Amino acid sequence: MPEVFEPKIVAFFCNWCTYLAADLAGTSRIKHAPNARVIRVMCSGRVDPQFVLDAFAKGADGVLIGGCHPGDCHYQEGNYKALRRVALLRRLLKQMGIEEERFRLEWISAAEGERVKTVINDMVEKLRALGPRVQPVRKEVA
Amino acid sequence: MKPKVAFYWCASCGGCEEAVVDLDEELLGVADAVDIVFWPVALDFKEKDVAAMPDGSILASFINGAIRNSHQQEMAELLRAKSLVVVAFGICAQLGGIPGLANLSDAKGILAEVYRDGVTPARRYSENGYSLSLPEFFDTVVALDRVIQVDYYLPGCPPTPNLIRDAVHALLAPELPPKGAVLAPDHALCEQCPRKDSRPEKLLVKEFVRPHQVVADQQTCLLAQGLVCLGPGTRAGCNALCIRGNMPCTGCFGPTSRVRDYGAKALSAIASVIESNDESQIERALEAVPDPVGTFYRYSLPSSMLGRRRME
Amino acid sequence: MSEAGGAVRIGVYICHCGANIAATVDVKSLAASAATMPNVVVWREYKYLCSDSGQDLIRQDIPNQRLNRIVVASCSPHLHEQTFRAAVAAAGLNPFYLQMVNIREHISWVHENRMEATSKAQDLLRAAVRRVARHEALERSRIPIHPDVLVVGGGIAGIHAALTLANAGKHVYLVERQPTIGGHMAQFDKTFPTLDCAACILTPKMSAVKAHQKITLWTYSEVVQVDGYVGSYQVTVKRRTRYVREDLCTGCLECLEACLYQEGRFTDEFNAGLASRKPIYIPFPQAVPQVPVIDPEACIQFKSGKCKKTCIDACGDRHAISFQLEEKTEEIQVGSIIVATGFQVFDARRAPYYGYGVYPDVYTALEVERLVNASGPTAGEVVLRDGRIPKTVGIVHCVGSRDENTNRWCSRVCCMYSLKLAHLIKERTGAEVFNFYIDIRTPGKGFEEFYQKLLNEKVHFIRGRVAEVTDWALDPTEEGKLILRVEDTLAGLVRRIPVDMVVLSVGLEPRSDAQDVCRMFNMTCSGEGFFTERHPKLAPVNTFADGVFLAGCCQGPKDIPDTVAQAGAAAAEALVLIDSGSIETEPNTAYTDEDVCSGCKTCIPLCPYHAITFLEQEKKARINQATCKGCGTCVAACPSGSIRQHLFEDEQIFEEIEGILTYA
Repeated sequence: MPEVFEPKIVAFFCNWCTYLAADLAGTSRIKHAPNARVIRVMCSGRVDPQFVLDAFAKGADGVLIGGCHPGDCHYQEGNYKALRRVALLRRLLKQMGIEEERFRLEWISAAEGERVKTVINDMVEKLRALGPRVQPVRKEVA
Repeated sequence: MKPKVAFYWCASCGGCEEAVVDLDEELLGVADAVDIVFWPVALDFKEKDVAAMPDGSILASFINGAIRNSHQQEMAELLRAKSLVVVAFGICAQLGGIPGLANLSDAKGILAEVYRDGVTPARRYSENGYSLSLPEFFDTVVALDRVIQVDYYLPGCPPTPNLIRDAVHALLAPELPPKGAVLAPDHALCEQCPRKDSRPEKLLVKEFVRPHQVVADQQTCLLAQGLVCLGPGTRAGCNALCIRGNMPCTGCFGPTSRVRDYGAKALSAIASVIESNDESQIERALEAVPDPVGTFYRYSLPSSMLGRRRME
Repeated sequence: MSEAGGAVRIGVYICHCGANIAATVDVKSLAASAATMPNVVVWREYKYLCSDSGQDLIRQDIPNQRLNRIVVASCSPHLHEQTFRAAVAAAGLNPFYLQMVNIREHISWVHENRMEATSKAQDLLRAAVRRVARHEALERSRIPIHPDVLVVGGGIAGIHAALTLANAGKHVYLVERQPTIGGHMAQFDKTFPTLDCAACILTPKMSAVKAHQKITLWTYSEVVQVDGYVGSYQVTVKRRTRYVREDLCTGCLECLEACLYQEGRFTDEFNAGLASRKPIYIPFPQAVPQVPVIDPEACIQFKSGKCKKTCIDACGDRHAISFQLEEKTEEIQVGSIIVATGFQVFDARRAPYYGYGVYPDVYTALEVERLVNASGPTAGEVVLRDGRIPKTVGIVHCVGSRDENTNRWCSRVCCMYSLKLAHLIKERTGAEVFNFYIDIRTPGKGFEEFYQKLLNEKVHFIRGRVAEVTDWALDPTEEGKLILRVEDTLAGLVRRIPVDMVVLSVGLEPRSDAQDVCRMFNMTCSGEGFFTERHPKLAPVNTFADGVFLAGCCQGPKDIPDTVAQAGAAAAEALVLIDSGSIETEPNTAYTDEDVCSGCKTCIPLCPYHAITFLEQEKKARINQATCKGCGTCVAACPSGSIRQHLFEDEQIFEEIEGILTYA
């Protein structure tokens, strides 16, 4: 049986919006693809480009940053700081041969549990279409 | 008996050799203090002379340049075996340097680009019973410490005379610096910048400009003038040479010890001063950064987290 | 006391949460994999870790197994991080040596495949195990709580919260946008299901607010800016002028009589536009404060400068009226805030098929509230626009509610207020009343009984969503009537019901500026604009902004008893803060390593709290630990890696990345 490629996504979710949205998806039992691994940061502005590159370097198939909607940042404008960094980082990643679908910045408010599902499912689908970024040696879960 | 030292160059431009000569008369002092046993650019010693030395007989080898072919790797390994201390001399040896930008392509791509439709060099060539071989041209350029263990790093493109002098003294001192040390100050260049005070506290840039587009004011912080100056993210030690020449810092001293990926942090610093929350305006502001890899990884692509471009 | 000294010894605790986790995640194999992770010396799984006995496991293992790091894999840290930190601290270990793994909300509740869920749990556990090894002991600091409270909104929620706090001896600023407090409740005649008179129960509370020594009441005012943080909010309030000085006005209202306009000519907002008022007016007789307002848009003096100013004459030597008065700005300092900004009713024009604004005798429920009100424009008589008394009335439920095209939610109060209005209309007019409903929802104390009472009163109930209201008569019996076209889903046929009056039971929705208010107070709100509580069950009046609490319909539609209960709860939460005197802060602040900071100033403009100062002497950046809120933006930006963040150190995050991406 041909195995479906399961991309691994490292997700940086801000504590106040997107992490809570993922919690809400949980309490609302909104089922979605299990490919994202969430790292909680206080604000999307905390996401150092080094984290993104490190995740790609260590074999992530995709990196997702989730923050509050523009204007709604718990820290007033950390998400705008993230936006600026991401704009430049995106250009750099492109030059490094990393397809743009692999790196996403999404605004997901604490109320948008459904959107967590939409974004993750959509990203997984796109990453599946792209195929593995690097071919990590996988061992089956015992 | 005076301690023995060796100099060698791998993938480099020769600037690091110049830097040694730039020590001027101090070079004579150095020459007095040590025996130079190998220095292809200046002295007529051969590889076989080094190979004949007992292991560990050289006090220190100063190797500049990145590793881009198999011969460079072999020479690095040879000198490693013969030396007590290996110093990665200059940013190419330390992080990959300018030759490291070749990691945006691979061997096939580079040879095709250079030789176009001409004859591409073959690794082995035999005729009339004679055979020639060329070293293997690697796909990926790496820094020196990816092929041998490196004891000390001397950053810069090239390292400045004062830094070299300090390094030599440090190595001749009874107590050696901790292994792995970068022999330069561990703070960012702004600390040494003569224009430091002219940077406003709330610096925000609407649009960046490129050096050829403006004649920069000689007194004011270059970043404040919209030039992409990487001083905030670059290790100090050069005493802000470029800025004193009215050119922005391009980052040849690499990062501080607290940063894992130079380009990522430099990028972060530059993105932070963009004065806009609007995506299309941000894109416009970044038009003056047409080549982010060349801008932020000019000297460090092989040692960056990603290391190289992923080829199709 | 076991502290972090020596080798890292990690205890991993995996919660089943009954079947919540264990049904989806293979907790046994997860525990087994924990055993293979670096530095892990204890691994356990347990039915309910948050229970006393679960916490005991951790409390006992710490000294017995000499643990110095704890990883708890259970629910969201937003739920139980404090619980487990307390358990860790109780065993003598610094509470910040804890890391939680969210295997419930982020895994077992959202994934179905057991193998995939377990694999994800292992990744996250490995990340936490690696991370926690890098944790450091941290100290919380305490910030003092300013004892004054700001209550925003003077409806029943704000009034009740303000009175509760003031009665407990706390000083309250009550800020209301309208010229009077009272809110929507003041517009109602009777309240369901008890039919007690709204004014009789509300106006004494309004007067009490005015009279209370501990309440500073600012009506006709708006909060325009909020700075600071829990315990110490700086609030800017814009106080519009009424052109009548509150301190000098005695409330005699002689100026109203004296106005050149003999009759009202301008839209009376309080009466939902069903009446007119003068340029100088009070919204309604029991308004608090009893101080008139001059509407500069209507007043002759403001429009032409050529008024005889009879109002000023009438005021005489009280000198309360002045056309020169100007808007003022007040700056206040409070420790906590209760947001009770209320709701607005659905604009019936958005459901054009019901003819509101087209047919004069289509009313909104709020308009009918005024009609049935004894102090309303018709003194309580239910009459049509032409003065006739309606003989038949149709009440359309769920207008704008439970509809994909308008608002999706049920507004909770409309069924009951529709029943109330049906009763009152029938009582006043003897009209035949039809209710058109989707479902009748009466889940409250005395509600179902009230519905039964209406059934006994022979009010008609037709189950079906009204398709349209039209005046297009198909036969003589429909001439001059409004016809409701509806599918009677119980009878299974399409009906046309001609009536004299249509009442639209409009739903409740967030105020149009709710998003702005939400941002100003740094709260979060749902997509539709209702403010979000910190936890739907366990923290229903808290918000994600510490020290900011919610009361009333700004959080979601609710009736008066629920609103008052919530206002009381919000007041109690504020009291907890005030009486504890101080609050512990999360020690996740950013800090500079000044030895290595190059003084490049990159960080300084990034901080929205002005917490970073540039030390001119030393040429270094310094972060004020009291004002830093811990977002970490400066940390990510610092080009030389000289800013770090407690609890979110670079190394800790790198370890998480490594843990996630290391394949077991």
